[in-house]
Amino acid sequence: MISLTDVSKAYSSSVSIGPVSVDIDAGGITALVGPNGAGKSTILTMIGRLLSLDSGRIEVAGHDVVNTPSKAIAKIISVLRQENHFVTRLTVRQLVSFGRFPYSKGRLTLGDEKYISEAIDFLDLTDLEDRYLDQLSGGQRQRAYVAMVLAQNTDYVLLDEPLNNLDMQHAVAMMKQLRRAADELDRTVVIVLHDINFAAHYSDRILAMKDGQVVEHGTPAEIMRDDVLTRVFNTDVQVVPGPNGPLAVYY
Amino acid sequence: MTSTLRQDIAYTSRDILVDEQRSRRRPLLTPSFLLAVVVTLGLLAASLLVGQFDVFAEGNFWMFGITRIPRTVALVLAGASMAMCGVIMQLLTQNRFVEPTTTGTTEWAGLGLILVMWLAPTASLLARMSAAVAMAFLGTMVFFLFLRRVSLKSSLIVPIIGIMLGAVVSSFTTYLALMTDTLQTLGIWFQGSFTGVIQGRYELMWIVLAVTVLVFLVADQFTAAGLGKDMATNVGLNYTLVLFMGTAMVAVATGVTATVVGTLPFLGLVVPNIVALFRGDDLRSNLPWVCLVGISTVTLCDLIGRLIIAPFEVPVSMVLGLVGGIVFIGLLLRQRRKGGLVT
Amino acid sequence: MLKTAQDAPAQRGTQQTPQQSRRSGPLTGRRHRRVYALVTAVLILISLGSTAGILFYNNPMPVGSDGWWLIAGMRRDSLLTIAVVALCHAMATIAFQTAVNNRIITPGIMGFGSLYTAIQTGFVYLFGITGVVMLVGVPQFFLQMAVMMLLATGLYTWLLSGKFSNIHIMLLVGVVLGGTLGSLSTFMQRMLTPSEFDVLTARLFGNLSNARAEYLPYAIPIALAVAVVLWLWAPKLNVIALGKDNATNLGLNHKREVIKILLLVSILVSLATALVGPMMFLGFLTAALAYQFGDTYSHRHLFPLGFLCGYAVLSASYFVLRHVWDAGGAVTVIVELVGGLVFLFFLLRKGRL
Repeated sequence: MISLTDVSKAYSSSVSIGPVSVDIDAGGITALVGPNGAGKSTILTMIGRLLSLDSGRIEVAGHDVVNTPSKAIAKIISVLRQENHFVTRLTVRQLVSFGRFPYSKGRLTLGDEKYISEAIDFLDLTDLEDRYLDQLSGGQRQRAYVAMVLAQNTDYVLLDEPLNNLDMQHAVAMMKQLRRAADELDRTVVIVLHDINFAAHYSDRILAMKDGQVVEHGTPAEIMRDDVLTRVFNTDVQVVPGPNGPLAVYY
Repeated sequence: MTSTLRQDIAYTSRDILVDEQRSRRRPLLTPSFLLAVVVTLGLLAASLLVGQFDVFAEGNFWMFGITRIPRTVALVLAGASMAMCGVIMQLLTQNRFVEPTTTGTTEWAGLGLILVMWLAPTASLLARMSAAVAMAFLGTMVFFLFLRRVSLKSSLIVPIIGIMLGAVVSSFTTYLALMTDTLQTLGIWFQGSFTGVIQGRYELMWIVLAVTVLVFLVADQFTAAGLGKDMATNVGLNYTLVLFMGTAMVAVATGVTATVVGTLPFLGLVVPNIVALFRGDDLRSNLPWVCLVGISTVTLCDLIGRLIIAPFEVPVSMVLGLVGGIVFIGLLLRQRRKGGLVT
Repeated sequence: MLKTAQDAPAQRGTQQTPQQSRRSGPLTGRRHRRVYALVTAVLILISLGSTAGILFYNNPMPVGSDGWWLIAGMRRDSLLTIAVVALCHAMATIAFQTAVNNRIITPGIMGFGSLYTAIQTGFVYLFGITGVVMLVGVPQFFLQMAVMMLLATGLYTWLLSGKFSNIHIMLLVGVVLGGTLGSLSTFMQRMLTPSEFDVLTARLFGNLSNARAEYLPYAIPIALAVAVVLWLWAPKLNVIALGKDNATNLGLNHKREVIKILLLVSILVSLATALVGPMMFLGFLTAALAYQFGDTYSHRHLFPLGFLCGYAVLSASYFVLRHVWDAGGAVTVIVELVGGLVFLFFLLRKGRL
């Protein structure tokens, strides 16, 4: 379980967070949604201890993320931000092998290699593993990054807008793979999403944020309602039944 | 995030261009502006009066015309134009830490000077100046070219790389000076100082007046060009032409000032930023202020340099380098506290 | 193209390499390994050649005589200096560029050179020509190093620790401080007599003959010790090169590691500067060559390559310029100019910084 207690952060003059108190259950996919500047990414990166808190407390599986040594956290949580550029040229397999650093400290064992291969296979990158990242398409590269955090073999996986810059086909494929990671590999996935319909279809819980506060938290069925979504997104939203569950229509 | 910001800027700039009258001018002739004018005039009067030579003694007044007036005129022109250079470059690059000394422009001008000294030792002041201007133009283009080719993660990288670029160029200059045994001359000559700016030498400075005036007329185009080629074309601007014009203006001001006075480090950076601190970020409506503050900063630094170890003089570039460096660092630390690092 | 889940196993079946050979490593495949080995071999050959050349070429004394050995011994000291300088600049620059996550910036811009210049100029300004002599000697060598280290440590602890830590601001403040120191030096220089100035210039430009043999017994162990520590940290450096967020995600305390690396870098740079004078682009040149030839993330592969590049470039140009063309003083200037040109070239390549 991820639990936030009175977390606050003055991020910039336009975005300030909290105080936020919320518990995110272990297991399944939790989607963070909300308008721009609501603080979704900020909360996610704070849980992943990439950003410090001004006050409050965040615990993941009973460990305080601020005070627990970073090394130990790296075996519990993995976090991926949306922008990743490296000064070094890396192949897919080299990138994914970095996911084993918390365990191997750079000296890869046969066991590590097995995890790496599995993560690569899991994201269908097997044939691309010796390609350099700069030779890949945006969607393939995004999968390589996700493979790295999966190889880290942590119970909690935090992803900041992994669908950004992906077209429809790749976005759907990515969500399916994350769904499998949650179901087959038993990972707890927390993910920032822009598209409420993606969130409704693929996630188990939705956490809606607005103006630095958590305003709604519940199952997709509880969130996918006209009044709730209209309030969260500041725009008229109608929820209509679709072929694969409810659809939010906002145009 | 970045793209939305860019769009915001684009809309603002289009507003400025479309209905200039409405959104632009804050009243200029406020009491504080008049006060600033008075202070500047006072400093200039002090510059005319301060000195070892008693110009008001019997039969000495001719010195006034030969040294004091040229020096003061040069202060006005150099101060205003170098501050304007900073504005032009900051508008074109949308980066507030850019100016001739943080982009290598000054060093390129120096390279031009030493090249002429090496190849044609007897060349006239005008010929040296032309070489300085030409090299400054080339150097500024190199820098802009570099900026257009890379995408940057942080606006602070730009001045760091600009200063490194300057170091490369000045190592060429130093090498040439070493070969021609003119290193110490170069040091003296290149260190900005108004001491030697007397009749017969300062007249060239009038050229930079044109740059100062021109900035007032075309600043809006620089703002639009700073948003990038697509955005500028979108609002009906010939991007390449504007970029060339801006570069040429910077090159002329830097080259002429480098030839006649020497370098004036950080002036173009510190002045627009200081003005923005108390008047807000609208560079366009700040222009008269930038002019005034530029003039008074240079004059004040020159006066300090003249008085602090009288009867000797500390070159103005040293005072400016010290004061400007400290103010620059202060601005950086302020930026650090704010946390925002967008241009 | 994204493959669907169904045809993935089929393609996996047709794969050439069997499953057990799937290994991760810093060098991808046989071709990459061969290129790396070839480059290393060529560099070693150049280094050996120019080392032999410097040691034995044109020794005026009869082979084997006492005088011959004396001259060879002096030349050996030059070679050791070259090795120390190459080691310091190459390792410092690669580690620095990893720490600041940028392959254009070099540690030379951080004001080490300006501080060195200011110290040297200040002594000549205050004490005349004897000022230069006053700065020669082992304690003085360490003192200059210590002052440079102090400045660097002050900057790092001031601007990198705490809530508002920002590496770019730290760099820029260092650069600006260096510039301010520089204008102070220029001012002092213009007050010098031409003869004082001539003596000073000889010290101000990186010059291999600035290094005195008595510094070497201290400089070599320090440089080696720091190099060993950086070598041991290489796996961490590999991770830090992925950037702050990824390094934190993988369990490193990014801020602390960066400060530690930068401290080691400042030892190396101030050592090299106190030894031969400021050099700004030698490190850039060697690091750029190492990235180009090595094409790997692994610092255990980059460090030796960088050192070899530095040693080969310096010793070869020293041999050619000093022993063949008799222009030894120009070695560092030439190397710096070439480094500067390479810098310009890299600047105008398309990329992301």
